Amino acid sequence: MAKISGLGGRLYSGETSFNIVENRKRWYSVSALFLLAAIAALVIQGLHLGIEFKGGASYTVNQPTATVAQARTAVQGLGIPGEIIVQKIGTSKVRVQTGAVTPDQSKAIETALTSAFGVTAESIDTQLVGPSWGKEITRKALYGLFAFLLAVMLFLAMAFEPKMAIAAIVAVVHDVLITVGIYALVGFDVTPATVIGFLTILGYSLYDTVVVFDKVRENTKSVAANSKMTYSQAANLAVNQTLVRSANTSLIALLPVASILFVGAGLLGAGTLKDLSLALFIGLAVGTYSSVFIAPPFLAQLREKEPAMQALAKRVAARGGAPVAVESKAVRPSTGSGPRNQPKRKGRK
Amino acid sequence: MSTPTKPVKTTGRPVRALAILAVLVIGLLATALIQGATSVRLGLDLRGGTSVTLQPRASNASNKITSEAIDQAVSIIRQRVNSLGVAESEVTAQGSGTNRQIVISVPGDSGRRVVDLVGQTAELRFRQVLAESSALTAGDTATAATPATGVSADVNAKFAALNCANPTSRQGTGADAPTDTIVACSRSGASKYILGPAEVLGRQVSKATAGIDQQGASAWYVLLTFNGEGTKAFGNITARVTTLTSPQNQVAIVLDGLVVSAPVIREAIPSGNAQITGSFTQTEAQDLANVLKYGALPLAFDRGEVQQVSPTLGSDQLHAGLLAGALGLGLVLIFSLLYYRALGLVTVGSLAIAGTILYLLFLVLGKSIGFTLTLAGIAGAIVSIGITADSFIVFFERIRDEAREGRSLRSAVESGWARARHTIIVADMVSILAAVLLYFFAVGGVRGFAFTLGLTTLIDLLIVFIFTKPIVTVIAKLNFFASGHPLSGFSEKSIGRKQATTPLEA
Repeated sequence: MAKISGLGGRLYSGETSFNIVENRKRWYSVSALFLLAAIAALVIQGLHLGIEFKGGASYTVNQPTATVAQARTAVQGLGIPGEIIVQKIGTSKVRVQTGAVTPDQSKAIETALTSAFGVTAESIDTQLVGPSWGKEITRKALYGLFAFLLAVMLFLAMAFEPKMAIAAIVAVVHDVLITVGIYALVGFDVTPATVIGFLTILGYSLYDTVVVFDKVRENTKSVAANSKMTYSQAANLAVNQTLVRSANTSLIALLPVASILFVGAGLLGAGTLKDLSLALFIGLAVGTYSSVFIAPPFLAQLREKEPAMQALAKRVAARGGAPVAVESKAVRPSTGSGPRNQPKRKGRK
Repeated sequence: MSTPTKPVKTTGRPVRALAILAVLVIGLLATALIQGATSVRLGLDLRGGTSVTLQPRASNASNKITSEAIDQAVSIIRQRVNSLGVAESEVTAQGSGTNRQIVISVPGDSGRRVVDLVGQTAELRFRQVLAESSALTAGDTATAATPATGVSADVNAKFAALNCANPTSRQGTGADAPTDTIVACSRSGASKYILGPAEVLGRQVSKATAGIDQQGASAWYVLLTFNGEGTKAFGNITARVTTLTSPQNQVAIVLDGLVVSAPVIREAIPSGNAQITGSFTQTEAQDLANVLKYGALPLAFDRGEVQQVSPTLGSDQLHAGLLAGALGLGLVLIFSLLYYRALGLVTVGSLAIAGTILYLLFLVLGKSIGFTLTLAGIAGAIVSIGITADSFIVFFERIRDEAREGRSLRSAVESGWARARHTIIVADMVSILAAVLLYFFAVGGVRGFAFTLGLTTLIDLLIVFIFTKPIVTVIAKLNFFASGHPLSGFSEKSIGRKQATTPLEA
């Protein structure tokens, strides 16, 4: 732990520095690869939607001796349309999923299961979803998503600057696409709980990005006046300075999610907790990556296109020659400790 | 780095903030006690029960989905559900305007009855029978060959094609227009009918009760009492059909487009009372009486979603949720203590207070606005442990940054706070924004998640401002922290500062 803290200090002073913004092409390529794979998986395999989205019925019998074969035999002769999926959930449950059924058919299935396993109808956990219902909740989730992206963009544009809002949204879309892609690739069930997970990822990923961008904003406020660093270099310093923080916040966010996943998948076998935490777990990992490796380089790229920033880059190059050499020398005085630059910082507030 | 003084005396502001916090917690506690809220209201997925989501559907051109119709449907369904006498049942409309769903939640295991009961539109009509057939399969030439008088060939063709063995023909739709001659199956599917226009309507029923026929083999029936208009209409139809030949001397009692019974009328009934018999069980008779008493729904409904959770699964899910929460909290606390040493204790305290406030709010909101904690809600609360702890990390790391600049701990706390505050507010605002939008756009479980997520993020903001920051200000004056004790979390080593007073470049 102390070693990590020490690293935090070295990163802060610029003593140790990773060229994250500089090497943006590398990160872009990695992400492009993942995005391509995600889109390919989505197009070719598609998402494995739960019955909540396509309509259908699900019956879970809690009976330790119940077997998949028994349940299948019980339900098979009833003339239920569509594919019947029978699964063992955890150690003591068997779940039967069918296509959309009428109330009469549903009763028939319940009766068949109660007589096959000797349980009461009340102890069967049932879920019936109408065929049009899925469209309704999908539509609502999409509305929610777009409203959220729009609202966040406006909010960040006001709280920070418009280009930061764009970069943050690019990172978020990147995260959700890759997460959804992983779902398509692996074939995990997508349920409303998964969708909650996806939507929460948006919030989380932005939290991390906000932490990094807040430091970027601080470091780059007077970057043009100082002529010591280019915008990219200042942004890179910010990323390095917040690296430990990003790692910590992500780890801390991941700990509760991991415990939900552990308990949800381990004890319950299936359901809300597992679906939600799995989506969060994957999304958080991707979100941490993007808030360090995608959002800041993308922001720097956007800002470097501005004439003022290009002029600054020229001035910096003229002063110190090769940019890398400049970084290691010029970075320190501007942010390193020293009474000298204290009044200046106060003035900036 | 001054000598530690009694912190309470020298600075008024942290003390004031902590006092506000104390007042807040005590206030919440008192409210909960006054309300008599002793336990958090649990959702059906945590204690077992049935929830039904109904999606309004315009069954024909005359009944459009209007906001009033939905409100009316909610109140009728509420009466029907309440007539079951299950405590804490709930009927609510979610969404806005005409785009609303009706959500019915009934705890315990009486859910099956509810599902059957609430979805019925309960459009009751009395129609004269024009033709009857017990042949169920379609294409029955015998019935098609003997068309009832005054029935169009079109209706006869429909009658011939009607297959009552098909379950979809036996679903009450309530789509039959009162003025039409219709074809219909009986509820059991044993016979099919051609029926004349409706002559008595459900709204002409003033009273409905369930009774038992003492003489017969305890057969349950529903006794109807008509209002003035209904009495007259029922008198007319019964007087007219008694003289006709079978099957036209029968009056069919049609509920939601299905024939419940079609008794032969032997004499005119001017009394304004009618009995519906149809081999009912006691429950069926009572439910039907209730449905008729509270009137027909102005809309037809599709069952969007029906979810039945057994009490066993409910308690399993509750335990799993609580276990996951405890585990997550434990891991976060261990991490905080390992990484931030004594400073991690501030995290422990902050999370403990946040947890207390959250629990008290659950109690108070459960009583005042009917907030129920669902599994998704628990997940939201657990996830928010991470968000809350993130705020502390942002703050603590900022303090370390400022200390790296060569500041004393006391001034590092103040300037670090000024900067961290902005980050925390912006980041929490994004979370709250997500929660609010999720809440308004989503249905069902998602709303529960969004609500707790939003609530806990607000608590996080509150705690950081009136607990964490004041406490850090106070402890920064303690010699243990100010001098950078190895276990304080502010040691030279853990901050990574080589020499506190020497500028790096010099």
